[in-house]
Amino acid sequence: MAEVTAGAGNYTSDEMMTVTAARSLKDGQVCFVGIGLPSEAANLARLSHAPEVVLIYESGTIGTRPEILPLSIGDGELAETAELVVSVPEVFTYWLQAGRIDVGFLSAAQIDQYANLNSTVIGRYEQPTVRLPGAGGAPEIATSAGEVIVMLRQTPRSFVPVVDFVTSVGFGRHGEGRVGRVGAGPSVVITDLGLLRPDPVSHVLTLVATHPGVEVEEVRAQTGWELRIAEAVDVTEPPTSEELTILRDLKERTRRAHAG
Amino acid sequence: MAEIVPLGDAIGELVPDGATVAMEGFTHLIPFAAGHELIRQQKKDLTLARMTPDVIYDQLIGMSCARKLIFSWGGNPGVGSLHRFRDAIEHGYPHPLEIEEHSHAGMAARYAAGASGLPFAVLRGYAGSDLVDHTTVASIRCPFTGEELVALPALNPDVTVIHAQQADRRGNVGMWGITGVQREAVLAARTSIVTVEEVVDELSTRGPSHVVLPAWTVTAIALVPRGSHPSYSMGFSTRDNAFYTEWDGISRDRESFARWMREFVVGTKDHASYLDLIAGSNG
Repeated sequence: MAEVTAGAGNYTSDEMMTVTAARSLKDGQVCFVGIGLPSEAANLARLSHAPEVVLIYESGTIGTRPEILPLSIGDGELAETAELVVSVPEVFTYWLQAGRIDVGFLSAAQIDQYANLNSTVIGRYEQPTVRLPGAGGAPEIATSAGEVIVMLRQTPRSFVPVVDFVTSVGFGRHGEGRVGRVGAGPSVVITDLGLLRPDPVSHVLTLVATHPGVEVEEVRAQTGWELRIAEAVDVTEPPTSEELTILRDLKERTRRAHAG
Repeated sequence: MAEIVPLGDAIGELVPDGATVAMEGFTHLIPFAAGHELIRQQKKDLTLARMTPDVIYDQLIGMSCARKLIFSWGGNPGVGSLHRFRDAIEHGYPHPLEIEEHSHAGMAARYAAGASGLPFAVLRGYAGSDLVDHTTVASIRCPFTGEELVALPALNPDVTVIHAQQADRRGNVGMWGITGVQREAVLAARTSIVTVEEVVDELSTRGPSHVVLPAWTVTAIALVPRGSHPSYSMGFSTRDNAFYTEWDGISRDRESFARWMREFVVGTKDHASYLDLIAGSNG
């Protein structure tokens, strides 16, 4: 993981990615959160600029305010600090399917240029080289959330010309766009190198910003297809010392709690 | 009406080889003790349903109890892969495993339809996902609005097995915290087994999302304190996160998996002996 010196001093490329994702959540939004990087980013947002963000986990915990990051999607911490806890059938119907979620946070093993996501298999479905965990809540988060923020580290293995399986649809295999009564789909893909947004017409993911110290050529080299670059590529703001302090304290509290 | 019986008797009588068994619990209240008992009794050819076949189904698959898996997310939560599940799918070891795969929303809807006595569930899901070509779903048109939706067959297990915090002496079951899809899974099943942390005179009414299953909806109850280990039972135990992490190493290798299962599950007579051995091995 690259160490970068800028703004508030030393930080990692993962911290840059998490801080950028946290900033993309607005105060008061209702957010459906997955475990791992999305959970880190969503809780950083809640503990910094967005204290009224509503976090919902697929275990049925709604409006949860965990002191430490959950290790699993059903940790007791999520239930104990929630406004309410509902059943799993209810969280996917009354809350997600009905359109009550503003933002869905997703990650995946593979993504293509139309932001379709694979978390099912590497190789053929019937005889996979690597069997991944599978869909979980992702296919319906991808279709029913108002918009989707995707977070994953950028490498040629994860940014592929053709995903081996479309678990969760972005803009379709051929960029045909969104179909049916659904949300707007992926609005941004946040990686450890920068930000990509879908072109409003063609839906092709386009590099719109790099993180400080990252060259456009480096992003191109870490992308498995001919990467489209915006005419003007911005540079993201480095993490502030406040953001880094909150994030590191959260991770340290989490580490201590899970070690106990 | 629920009868309170020893766990071994409940599993022996209610789970024949070849049965469709759902063991539910969404990270919380996972019925591990009952899963271990299936292994001790060498159950075969089971169709195992579960939204999140984590370590409990990794053990059942690796011990050759399963013919088929119906699921929506197969990983070790917060840790990574399920190695026995992957070995079965990627290499057919210890034997090939048939799979029927859904999304969480789809599995939850299938249980809810089963609990409702309906033949199928309907939801706005699976749109644009390749899952449609690899699982049992069908397109259906709303007769009122014309909207295209997805239909899924109801899931009605032969037996649903869950773990709960309490039963009272009449057999009413109480649970709270994250209660997942357990109520639907029990009501969808022909028979059910509930292991509990304690048997009490009166059920408590504490904790978020309190759920009661009346005695007349449950077939058998077994008292198994800490029956959810390494998962947890809110108010009684915490999640053994260290075990989930250790499982990655234990299960990665076929031999070390087999050794662990022989020592801790096959070699112990019941859940209490398993817990003693686990406590001893943690020093």
